[in-house]
Amino acid sequence: MELTLWTYEGPPHVGAMRIASSMKDIHYVLHAPQGDTYADLLFTMIERRGQRPPVTYTTFQARDLGGDTAELVKKNIKEAVERFKPKTLLVGESCTAELIQDQPGALAKGMGFDMPIVNLELPAYSKKENWGASETFYQLTRTLLKEKVSYSEKISPLRWKEFGRRPKVNILGPSLLGFRCRDDVIEIQRILSEQGIDTNVVAPLGASPDDIERLIDAEINICLYPEIAEASCEWLKRNFGMEYTNTIPIGIKNTIEFINEVHKKLDLPLTNKKELENKSKLPWYSKSVDSNYLTGKRVFIFGDGTHAIAAAKIAKEELGFEVVGLGTYSREMARQVRATAKDLNLEALITNNYLEVEDAMKKAAPELVLGTQMERHSAKRLGIPCSVISTPMHVQDVPARYSPQMGWEGANVIFDDWVHPLMMGLEEHLIDMFKHDFEFVDGHQSHLGHTATSTKDILNSDEKKEKNSKEGIIWTESGRAELTKVPFFVRGKVKTNTEKYAILRGIPEISDETLYDAKAYFS
Amino acid sequence: MSKVEFNKETGPREVFCGLTSIVWLHRRMPDAFFLVVGSRTCAHLIQSAAGVMIFAEPRFGTAILEEKDLAGLADAHEELDRVVNDLIARRPEIKTLFLVGSCPSEVIKLDLATVAEKLNKRFLGQVRFVNYSGSGIETTFTQGEDGALKALIPLMESSDEKKLLLVGTLANNVEDRFKKIFKNLGISNIESFPPRQSTELPKVGKNTKVLLTQPYLSDTVRDLKHRGCEIISAPFPLGIEGSTEWFLAAAKAFKISELKVHEIISPLINRAKLALESHKEILKGKRLFLLPESQLEISLARFLHNECEMDLIEVGTPYLNKDLMKEEINLLPDNTKIVEGQHVEKQLDRVRESNPDLVVCGMGLANPLEAEGISTKWSIEMVFSPIHGIDQAADLAGLFSKPLKRNQILTSKTLVTH
Repeated sequence: MELTLWTYEGPPHVGAMRIASSMKDIHYVLHAPQGDTYADLLFTMIERRGQRPPVTYTTFQARDLGGDTAELVKKNIKEAVERFKPKTLLVGESCTAELIQDQPGALAKGMGFDMPIVNLELPAYSKKENWGASETFYQLTRTLLKEKVSYSEKISPLRWKEFGRRPKVNILGPSLLGFRCRDDVIEIQRILSEQGIDTNVVAPLGASPDDIERLIDAEINICLYPEIAEASCEWLKRNFGMEYTNTIPIGIKNTIEFINEVHKKLDLPLTNKKELENKSKLPWYSKSVDSNYLTGKRVFIFGDGTHAIAAAKIAKEELGFEVVGLGTYSREMARQVRATAKDLNLEALITNNYLEVEDAMKKAAPELVLGTQMERHSAKRLGIPCSVISTPMHVQDVPARYSPQMGWEGANVIFDDWVHPLMMGLEEHLIDMFKHDFEFVDGHQSHLGHTATSTKDILNSDEKKEKNSKEGIIWTESGRAELTKVPFFVRGKVKTNTEKYAILRGIPEISDETLYDAKAYFS
Repeated sequence: MSKVEFNKETGPREVFCGLTSIVWLHRRMPDAFFLVVGSRTCAHLIQSAAGVMIFAEPRFGTAILEEKDLAGLADAHEELDRVVNDLIARRPEIKTLFLVGSCPSEVIKLDLATVAEKLNKRFLGQVRFVNYSGSGIETTFTQGEDGALKALIPLMESSDEKKLLLVGTLANNVEDRFKKIFKNLGISNIESFPPRQSTELPKVGKNTKVLLTQPYLSDTVRDLKHRGCEIISAPFPLGIEGSTEWFLAAAKAFKISELKVHEIISPLINRAKLALESHKEILKGKRLFLLPESQLEISLARFLHNECEMDLIEVGTPYLNKDLMKEEINLLPDNTKIVEGQHVEKQLDRVRESNPDLVVCGMGLANPLEAEGISTKWSIEMVFSPIHGIDQAADLAGLFSKPLKRNQILTSKTLVTH
């Protein structure tokens, strides 16, 4: 048993719903009690969808358990098929139904329908949402294409040349409740099209079962979100020889690398290599003198695997930040995140417990947090600016405007989204500096809310802590006065460093001079 | 009883389970913690239904069952013990811990009563443990509160003191208003259940007169009766009419004259009628379809018809306790169509066929109906907003007039377009 106060990912059948809801002409019969219907609101409220997810819940009750729940399953399948006339039927169960073992998938297959039926077995007590989405997409792809495996030749990425047409690729992985997928797809299609590459199918988002059957008309697959699509890409590679891309086009460097990778796989000459650097404003904005102050900003990163890894690279290489913490809740991506963290001399935080993330954030004393909506709340409590880079989705993560994360425009969006909160941080510092001026209106509201720590608060609370600290270090009047002059966003760090220094040197009282000694020591 | 048409329907439903009620219960009793013993789905449900991220460490959580718990590799009772120990070490301020059963814990027959009993012995004098089920195979949405309250009844001491006991969670400000009005009526000994502190449970006995504030407390009522309480039969205090009848019924039980009641509440009624006017103007003659969810549907239908002059197409309710709803049903217009249970697809067919002006429904259905051009009001807002009492009648009406008003604004053709 695991105590969970809040979870980054839902159960695996919610992942299956993400695939079903993303697609057309599909229906999902879910053997589940009535409470599980809550999941509809994730789509209708968070994504503001104007359609209900294509899901029928069997809604069995306690009184059904003594009787024939299998009959109930069959009745619901029959009604759903008659009403919605899907081209492919997904059948599965949620956590509770898994325990009563009615095997709804097998029941459905015995009912004599002529449409393909995908039997989803998603272990609810060991797996989570992204795994469920990945497995569903994989099972669906496999079911719809497995008969073609035996008579299909291996697909050569170069065959477009023989066919005398532009190369075709599939974009795999975008789904509902995925971070900015809607706009990433448009951006990536635009980039590919500019390079003379056509999109064959985008799936699951917007695809029908017919489209899945057409996947093998393309030369290669773009694995846009490995969390969702890697298993399917791997299966298509194994069975049809279709190669797939590994680079995730988030950030300038990765977008260019992605374009290179696609060209290399297709053996398509890259003619506009020099232009690529100028496709986004990020490189120049980052280079412009105004951005000097971004140098070495301490950032703490936590999110899904794909976005956390990409964020670390952009932060370090494209914006000149210092990454002081990196982690993910995606256990499936733990290996990759650990490797990225190691390159940054960090130890990756792999956890599903947001309180652990908050603790790590506190210890790292960052100036900017890049995280999920939960980290936004934690950062708010700590008075640190934050930008959201990853699921779980919140209604704010589905903006009305075009707002991709990938490609050139994605890099523009990222520059704005990450730098503006920092500018607000600077503003905060100015408010702090000018608040003694007579013109200053008392009660100015901080954008961080009432939680933004004022100088007085930090000293008061520190005072209490100091008295209890086992090292027994005391801040003298002069030391404290000097600390108040330090900009608030580095104050915590300065304080910790000074205390660390005092302990190291056995200094019992911290004066203004100790503060400067420590500063010199750590610089 | 008016000639109301009762129907029953079964099929796929679109209703929350009883766990959802934790969202308001934990706020009502800030010294209590609700520990769901369930799956990741349960945890995800509560955080999604609450619709908000957590701004502070929450006072509810889920002990998520894992494979080893199910395979019997780990003793579920020991595991739960461990989780509870950690939790209490982390949150020493917790005075009452509710162990809440879920669909999976019910199916594997995890005996939470025994666990609670053991824990009560161990933490005697520090934390009290009670258990109830909020599972979706047994309870819908607001019924979770019924389970939680019922679980507290054995902890209530006996007393023959004469008192009025308001039963059902109310918004604090509404509760204060009610108490003030009852005091003006001459009833001075008033308590609420659930109380604002889980440890301050009211004492009950044969001189306790129970007045329900919410229509979903069947089991709680039954157990209070067993404790000797007298249940005052009344409609529920939603709208002017319901609240007036509710006050009158209480007064009658305390042998206070009707005249006195009218004297105290008529200024309130006059004020409320005035406030209701602008909403009535919008709602009058509009056709209403209520889908089952919060269990408040019958009372809302009564209010929206009798006081706001809406026409009722269909009144859905997750389940129907005719005894508890007797007074409400009496106030409904003739030929009201009540449908108990749900077949969500068939019901939506009826929604579309009947072309309603407003549909009251759950959050999963609201936007899809809006996209079809049907105005909606999501029912979960009723359990989070202060809507009870005469003073809140206009606010209650406002919840329904707002979507219509908004629709009017957005579709108005008064702006000149070039």
